[in-house]
Amino acid sequence: MVAEASGAPMLAVRGLEVRYGRVPAVRGVDLALERGEIVGLIGPNGAGKSTTLHAIMGAVPVSSGEIRLAGTAIQGRSPEQIVRSGIALVPEGRRIFAELTVEENLRLGLCGRRVKGGEEDVLERAYKLFPVVKETRRRPAGLLSGGQQQQLAIGRALVAEPDVLLLDEPSLGLAPTIVDAVFEALRAIRERGLTILLVEQRAQRTVAFADRTYVLANGEVRMTLEPKDSDDTDRMIDAYFGA
Amino acid sequence: MISPLAEIFTAEHAQTFLDAVALGSIYALMAIGIGLVFGVLRLVNFAYGQLVMVGAYALALTQDVPIVLSIALCFAVVLAFSLAMELAVFRPLRGASPTTMLVATFAVSYLLQSIALVRFGAIGRILVVVPGLSQLVSVGGVHVRWITIVTMLVAVTVFGSVTLFLTRTSVGLQMRAASIDPGTARLLGVRANAVITVAVLISGAIAAIVAVLLPMAVPERILVTPDYALRETIIVLVGVVVGGIDRLLSATLGGFAMGFVFGLLSGFLPSSGSWPFTSGVYLDSAVFMLVIVVLLLRPAGLFARSRSAAVERV
Repeated sequence: MVAEASGAPMLAVRGLEVRYGRVPAVRGVDLALERGEIVGLIGPNGAGKSTTLHAIMGAVPVSSGEIRLAGTAIQGRSPEQIVRSGIALVPEGRRIFAELTVEENLRLGLCGRRVKGGEEDVLERAYKLFPVVKETRRRPAGLLSGGQQQQLAIGRALVAEPDVLLLDEPSLGLAPTIVDAVFEALRAIRERGLTILLVEQRAQRTVAFADRTYVLANGEVRMTLEPKDSDDTDRMIDAYFGA
Repeated sequence: MISPLAEIFTAEHAQTFLDAVALGSIYALMAIGIGLVFGVLRLVNFAYGQLVMVGAYALALTQDVPIVLSIALCFAVVLAFSLAMELAVFRPLRGASPTTMLVATFAVSYLLQSIALVRFGAIGRILVVVPGLSQLVSVGGVHVRWITIVTMLVAVTVFGSVTLFLTRTSVGLQMRAASIDPGTARLLGVRANAVITVAVLISGAIAAIVAVLLPMAVPERILVTPDYALRETIIVLVGVVVGGIDRLLSATLGGFAMGFVFGLLSGFLPSSGSWPFTSGVYLDSAVFMLVIVVLLLRPAGLFARSRSAAVERV
């Protein structure tokens, strides 16, 4: 368990910079998530949203800045260590292992847990949240529909029992009714006490849904929007970027 | 009354057939060892035969100690060398191109052969691990050596155990995931290095098993030399590609097929005379001609799945 410094945010990113070779992808991003918050991260393609998530996960090297989980600096740790520190990622494109069964995919998430024991209870809780995952658990995961695979990917991240859940465009390529179900599930997950950082393309929807939403462009946070801004999201973003 | 089939399929043929299955079993074991490491590392370990060589020397140099102790020592030495290979060569080369890794294992292979040459000389040492296993046993009128039966049973048991390990255990599941998509596996918390080390050690344990069986199962392998098991490695690597390297089952069957075909041809081809396919002289040409034909007809491998060769791969 992470020793929690008093008053420290659940997840804090300060002055984060990431370069791919010489090309800066993220230039000084600051984020702060309080425990139990849902925070959105929106912005155009190439703004650095996915890179920010991958930097938090330790999957890309951080050139400067710091990432703190409940007060403890975690930058420099490997992805497998970060998962065990309490952050799980639902990756873009779901990254389901198509050749493995649904249950095997879900069980893979277990290896990121900090404590051992009670595996079956943890799986059962994920099944309860996503009954369709349980119904299909013996089938190869590649046979699932996009929406079912997304539920499986979220379930797989949850069985690691993280404190913070990062999601990279979970609504990508899904039918509108399925998108509703995914957002509904995120609300239920927050009820379990998790802190959520949600990267999305659907700007207005995300602003309305999240407690706060950061707008990222060219590797920097340009503004912060709140649910009351949701009806004006597009107008505000367009005005800002001069589109 | 003797049926026509029994007249054609004589006891001698049955013996050749069983010997071919035994040789196939040895090659299948090596194919499992090579295929397992290829699965998690995408690394073709050309130095695999040298692990067998190291184990054979460990056995040959300890023939005056109790057999159980000698075999235990063989396992310890081969596992130590496997671990050293992983830590000193494979791990520093993680993320290097497959060509670089292959060439590195060539270097390891010849380094170990050279060390063996300097240390033990070119003259071979006779190795008989368990003399009793060379005794004949009569099964339905066919005389078989015990080692033939033992080798087949060991190969089936090892393949079954590795398959159960991969499909029924958490580490096995992590191994399969890491073999399909190492990046995503790590994001889920799979400790890639630990999983790879386990695969390398299992592969090493299989090399130690081969070191124990090979000198008894293959008559010309009674002599342990620095290039011990080199020929077998090359044949098995060909077999693994012929079978289909992407899946453990197809790679294993490929290794088995090479040994089986070698065994059958050497038994059935005339051993003297001027006919082109005379065993001993033209055996290799005959087998590798078959290899070329198979690869031309089925480039993905003889036993690869027709549609998606990626399924179940390790």
